[in-house]
Order: sequence, then structure tokens, then C-alpha cells
Amino acid sequence: MDSMFAPSHLSRRHLLQLGTLAAAGALPLITVRPAQATPAMLASAIRNLVGEANIKVGKIRLDIPPLVENGNTVPMTVSVDHPMTPESYVKSIHVFNEKNPQPNVASFHLSPAAGRAQVATRIRLADTQKVVAIAKLSDGSFWSATVDIIVTLAACTEEMP
Amino acid sequence: MAAALVNVPAKAKRGAVIEIKTLMSHVMETGYRHTAAGEVVPRDIITSFICRFNGTEIFRADLFPAIAANPFLSFFTTASESGRFEFEWIGDNGFVANATASITVE
Amino acid sequence: MMRRALFVLALLGAALPAAAGEIAPSERRSGYDFMSSDTKAMQDDDTANPGMLSVLDGDTLWNTKAGAANKSCSDCHGDVSVSMKGATARYPAFNATSATPIDLGQRVNLCRTQHQEAAPLAPESSELLALTALIAKQSRGMPIIAGDDARLATSIARGRELFFQREGQLNIACSNCHDDNADRHLAGSAITQGQPTGYPIYRLEWQGMGSLQRRIRGCMTGVRAQAFDFDAADMIALELYLMSRAHGMKMDAPAVRP
Repeated sequence: MDSMFAPSHLSRRHLLQLGTLAAAGALPLITVRPAQATPAMLASAIRNLVGEANIKVGKIRLDIPPLVENGNTVPMTVSVDHPMTPESYVKSIHVFNEKNPQPNVASFHLSPAAGRAQVATRIRLADTQKVVAIAKLSDGSFWSATVDIIVTLAACTEEMP
Repeated sequence: MAAALVNVPAKAKRGAVIEIKTLMSHVMETGYRHTAAGEVVPRDIITSFICRFNGTEIFRADLFPAIAANPFLSFFTTASESGRFEFEWIGDNGFVANATASITVE
Repeated sequence: MMRRALFVLALLGAALPAAAGEIAPSERRSGYDFMSSDTKAMQDDDTANPGMLSVLDGDTLWNTKAGAANKSCSDCHGDVSVSMKGATARYPAFNATSATPIDLGQRVNLCRTQHQEAAPLAPESSELLALTALIAKQSRGMPIIAGDDARLATSIARGRELFFQREGQLNIACSNCHDDNADRHLAGSAITQGQPTGYPIYRLEWQGMGSLQRRIRGCMTGVRAQAFDFDAADMIALELYLMSRAHGMKMDAPAVRP
């Protein structure tokens, strides 16, 4: 079993390797994809959060290594450049992805006492894809950042122990 | 065994912004994997993490299957007074785990 | 699909230069050196290294009475940080009773069966990984000295033979990747020199802990060979050769690896 998200009969790893072969001219490219969140699902998940509000680009920063060593455990830090005072603060930070089986990754709920709007965790990315972070401020505004992540794959697989 | 590692500075100056790091032992089974026999491995994840300071919630996270096994979370808070942090992880199949840490604010 | 995946491996193998030779002692690099700064940071911080969760479990087990003898590890060995300091750097070590080398997991299980009168822990069980992680951590920063015992010479020679022996349907030896092409990549992954400085490791791919035996089995499956059984004599010999090959390198268990 390789990817935490892959169905047993077809994994992203094999797809990539098929792609590699195709690039080398050894085999025709076979484009079969496992079930995954489509950009439409991503858009709908974001819409559920923000409603009809406008999302502005900026203020929020998403740090993920652009070329990750293993999609099963990807370090991620999200931070918002905004003061944290009772009058004006970051209420929540929401992280979404484009191609995992479901679009939500995590939501973080902050209070003005946080002092700094920054959270780090480790996430799973089933494939090379976009990750989107959205911050909700206490004034009701939404701010977003999007990054493209290339997921590289482990060279050798193994049977489950 | 549900081991947890929590890192909170033992002491801080009043008003300082401090980092809190937590690591919780958990498989975070996505519910999207299959066994060799083709059966779905049922979802078993931590869905929620809450940090309270002296009884008041200061940070909460909703987690999904896209969070890696053994969830790691780092976040910040302002040291306002001496007291106790309580950490709670809640998940599928009745999973609940708790940890505490104390801080002295000078 | 496995066949296709491995076919890629074979193609890559064919394109690489053969037999660059063994790695000179001064050229040896731990797997740590091949990692990204993010993964290094994960290993370096004990409150961020998931392997430390296993160490924490190991600490509990160390002090838990078990078996018909109702003894804990600490009842005999006391403070693990004192009694087990440097122990892992010596393993696999010669066991006089069986007149064979045994690795750390086997040593733990001998204690369980002989002294605790308890059932042995299964290979790769979370309990065995936890105890070996706890014990291995006590050798952090210490140089590997496994294989210094002259009685191990035959086993080291056997392990070396296995390391250079082509095997599996891809017909490649450990040395073809880990000596000859250690500075290259296989797909996106660094091949590395296969230096076993940090076992048991927390592997991002596994999202969990695993022993050197598990890692070796992964390689063997990768070249489409029949993997050695856990604790097989050849498995221990190969572990022993790898440790002797890393002689003098510093331990960094529990390591994080991609």
C-alpha cells in the first residue's frame, strides 16, 4: 500500500512511473486517475466558508517546501501578517487542497491572545497540486494565498509489514 | 498507548509571544485506503484539537484525513499570567487524549 | 503495475555507470545529509520528531513489569540512560549461547523470554520498536563500533557477500545502488549510501517507525527479490555488515528519513 489516499488497484506512484515511461518513449501515456477532489470541489468548499464574500489575495502566507520529499508527511506553516488585538485580529485560518479525495485539510481557530497568527502542521498530498489557505479576519474580510506543490515519490515500495 | 509530546516554555516574561508545540501519537487512517483483499480500511482520525489556558479556549483546530499520522501542531499565545495549559485531542471511535503543561509568567 | 514500476527502475539502472567501487571512509555520509532542511529540522527537534513518541512509549515499557517473572527492564538494568548508553552502537553483537550475532530486537526478546519469562515481541510491533527506539536513543552521537568482536568475522564476510550479490528479477545488488550510485537519484528520491546510523527510524513514507530489517526488506522487494524473513541469519549478517561498513559514523536514532 503506497499512498494514504490511493485505491489498492491503482496508485499515484504507478501513474507517475507510467508517465516517466511515456516521457522516455517506452510506452504510450495512460491517463487514468484515482478518485480525487476536483477543482470544482475545492471551489465549493471555499464557497461554503466565505459565502458570497469577496476573497482578496494577500496578508496570508503559506510555506510548504516547493519540492516535497514524501507526500505522506509534508511540513506546512501558515501565517497571517495582521495584528492580534481584541479590536482587530485573525479569527480563523483554513487550508484546502485541490486533488486529495476531499478538499479540506485543516481549520485553525485563533483568539486575539495568540499574539501571532501562525500555525504549523504536517499534511498529506496525494499528488502534485495546489494548496490554498484562507484567513478570516474579525472585520469579516477574507484573504487568500495559493501555492503549487510538486510531490515527488519514494523510489522503492514495499509490501505492508 | 497514546503518547503525547507537548512543548511549552516553563517560564516567560509577561507579554511575550510564546510558541507551543504538540505531537500526538495517532495513525490518522484516512478511510480511503484498501486492504490487499479490497476492503476499505475504515476512517480513524483525530477530528479536533483544543488548547485551553486557565480554562479558556485559546486555540482550536479541526483536522481532516489530509493531516499526516502522529499530528504535529505548533501555534502561538501571549504569556499573560502564570497558569496551566490543557490540551485535548478528540477523534473517531471515541478517541480522547489529554495533556497539561504549566507556565510561570514573570 | 508493480512490474511497470520496477521496469522503470531497471531502465534507470541500465543508464547508470557500473561499479564506481566501495565508498572511502572519508566519503561516507549518513542518510541525514541527503535530506531537505525541513526533514532535518523535523529530526533535530525532539518535540517535533515523531520518533520521540515511540521513545516515550519505550520509556513506559522499560518500567512496566512483564511476564511470569514479573520484572521490568529497569528492575535489572536500572536507568536506561546509564545502562544502555552506547549499547546500540555495538549491535548486532555476538551471542555466546547461540554462537551467532543477534541484533538489538533479538537481544530485547532474549531478555523477555529468559529473564521476564514473557512472550517475545513480534518483529515490527510497536512495543519492540518502542523499546529499541528508547535504547537506540541512548547511543546518539556515539560512533558505531559493531563488528569489532573477532568472533563476528564470518558473519560480516557473509553480509558483505550478500551486499555485493545480484538478486531479484532486476538482478541488482545492494552495492549497485548504495556504493556505485549513492550520489544519484531514483525518480525524485536520493539513493543514499545506505548507512544505518539512525534505526529504528521514523520514515515519512511509512508514517511510522520501522527497523533496519524492514528497510532492507523494502529494498529487496524493490528489486523484486524474495525478501529475507525477519531475523533470518542472512538478514542479521547483512545488518551486521552494514553497521561494520558504517564503523565510526555517529548514531542519530531515532532518525527521521523520507
